[in-house]
Amino acid sequence: MVKRTTFAPRQDDPPYKKGEPVALFIPCYIDQFYPAIAQATAELLTRNGVPVVYPEDQTCCGQPAFNSGYWEEAKGVVHHFCDVFEKHRWIVCPSGSCTAMCRIFFGHVDPADRIVGVGRRVFELTEFLHDILGVTDTGATFPHKVTMHSGCHGRRELGLFEAPMTLLRSVRGLTYCELPNIEECCGFGGTFSVKMPGISLAMGRTKVENIVRSEAEVVVSNDISCMMHVGGILRRDKATEHIRTMHIAEVLTAGT
Amino acid sequence: MMSETHYIHGAEFLKKLTKGLAEPAGPKSLEVTAERSSKHNRGITAQIPYFEEWRQAANDAKRYAIANLDKLLVEFERNLTARGVTVLWAQDAEEANRHVLEIARQHEVKSVVKSKSMLSEEMELNHVLSAAGIKPVETDLGEYIVQLAEQRPVHIVTPALHMSAADVGRLFAEKLGEPFTEEHEKLTDVARRHLRDEYLRAEMGISGCNFGVADTGTIVVVENEGNAGLSTATPPVHVAIMGIEKILPKIDYLPTFLNLLGRSGTGQKLTTYTHLINGPVPGKKLYVIILDNGRSNILKDPAARAALFCMRCGACLNACPVYRRTGGWAYGWVYPGPIGAIITPHLVGMEQAGKLPFASSLCGACGEVCPAKIDIPHQLVHLRHRAVNEPSPMNSWTERLTWRLFSWFMRGRKRYLLTMWAVRMGVRMSKFLPWHPGKLGAWTRGRALPKVPGPDFRHWWRKNGSRMKPK
Repeated sequence: MVKRTTFAPRQDDPPYKKGEPVALFIPCYIDQFYPAIAQATAELLTRNGVPVVYPEDQTCCGQPAFNSGYWEEAKGVVHHFCDVFEKHRWIVCPSGSCTAMCRIFFGHVDPADRIVGVGRRVFELTEFLHDILGVTDTGATFPHKVTMHSGCHGRRELGLFEAPMTLLRSVRGLTYCELPNIEECCGFGGTFSVKMPGISLAMGRTKVENIVRSEAEVVVSNDISCMMHVGGILRRDKATEHIRTMHIAEVLTAGT
Repeated sequence: MMSETHYIHGAEFLKKLTKGLAEPAGPKSLEVTAERSSKHNRGITAQIPYFEEWRQAANDAKRYAIANLDKLLVEFERNLTARGVTVLWAQDAEEANRHVLEIARQHEVKSVVKSKSMLSEEMELNHVLSAAGIKPVETDLGEYIVQLAEQRPVHIVTPALHMSAADVGRLFAEKLGEPFTEEHEKLTDVARRHLRDEYLRAEMGISGCNFGVADTGTIVVVENEGNAGLSTATPPVHVAIMGIEKILPKIDYLPTFLNLLGRSGTGQKLTTYTHLINGPVPGKKLYVIILDNGRSNILKDPAARAALFCMRCGACLNACPVYRRTGGWAYGWVYPGPIGAIITPHLVGMEQAGKLPFASSLCGACGEVCPAKIDIPHQLVHLRHRAVNEPSPMNSWTERLTWRLFSWFMRGRKRYLLTMWAVRMGVRMSKFLPWHPGKLGAWTRGRALPKVPGPDFRHWWRKNGSRMKPK
């Protein structure tokens, strides 16, 4: 039986000291399908005075295997992750879901101190900017009607909502459109989206209806995996294909 | 969405009706109603500034109760017995049914009025009683409707959630010969009229038990319609059935639980009636049957123990976007929704219910609303881990192989790049395929694939990484 542990993030951690380098953890699908988001992440951090490094041996956090129940298989990937990131004090990731895997679920896969220790040092991008660095305005300009979808893993496992919202609302020219039922899941859920596609799609379509109701031109999220699913549905329909999906890092670097 | 009643032992998954829990199957009305009550209840709980403290207190009390179940259940029994209550123990549903039938035989029972009890659904009690020539009548309005329609409850608190007033009107017209109406007041009048006679006729009343308080030996039954009061007090014999996990250590804890249960279940400050039953009415008989029925399997799994903290409020069902779309029957057994997904595999076995924990996007809405603070989303992943390692429908060597390969390919830079090259090629080529197999087909059924961009981030970093220094 695996010991179950839940870790309150950074309660007794020392604060960030100016000049400390940050290691980027760029999840596999962002690396391959959305490299612009990773670039924006690196630029955002650099602009706020943070030296950035990118350990090139990184691969995946193991979440797909973990959520599917294959913890033994996930464990190998988690160990690889920890080997790569062990020497870094601060690790920043532009995804709430992957961050939750590292910080909350690494300990379920392997409760060893080393593994849990590395997992706890992973921060989601907006969380790091807002909560650790104290940034409330990135100086971006984005004159569009925007709404936000906050990924469930980020919001419910990490308590992330205020950070992305504050940063987004600080953007110049941006009109924020309220999203009805913002707390509802979009239905992506990783492998859930292909294991139970009918329900996943029904949930996605409800999310799309709410996006249309919000009258936004752009849906922004701090989890682009949700947007891969929601955007995929938006692009399948002529009536909604004009609505763009973006990662919050892209908006926070826009027009600068 | 019509179904005949399924009298079964263990889980029978209504595959045809509910498409194996993979497709939306509930009527839109269920989705809308469940969502509305979830919102309403959240609004109610948000008005309590110390709601979080209550939740934590309930979680602590239940943690203590479940850890000391052996002592508390015996204390409960001792206190009840001292006041002339007969306490019977049952390992499984069969044994509990034997107890009920034996009591019925002793008291020459011909008909039974029942107030709402999910445990009796586990026991298939109505079926067992009918088979023994005893007429069971459900007295909770929702249960009464579902019983008349020969269906199963779709929800643990609101059993007929899937039916509109017009549906009920048609049902009453067909089964009771009443003129059709869809006015709520008239419909409840019809039910009340028919049920009054049953209360007076019945020789036995059967109820569940929301809480069993150990230090006072009290059976607590909460309800809104007055039917539980009539069912427990009118007939000469009252049988209360209770799962072993319903125990509360002290009566002092009860107010916290009552506060949580009403608000989380139906958005009420308190249920209309709260019955505290300490012993039999003079001249009448009271039996308490304490039933395990698989609950000790949950005790055996330390990572799952918190599932026994559940007070059956139904908040997680209403909050669950999957439940709202599949409806209750899709979960195949008595308990639907997130709570069903985490307890049914223990109660009926992973072999039958191993798929349930996968019916979730892991959004965590259930854990957020649970008044006992059960870590439902974490339990779901824990059970997924068990389901793929134990005999279950989710244990598949092909999937195991896939994840083995994934695991190997994600453990080195070159292997990773090779995999990603293949994935990119696959996505690029997929648009030339006449049809999409397997999981790819499941994705493209209603979603476009992401566009494959130019070089990956690594390439960009090699060129620009040196630039990434603060100015």
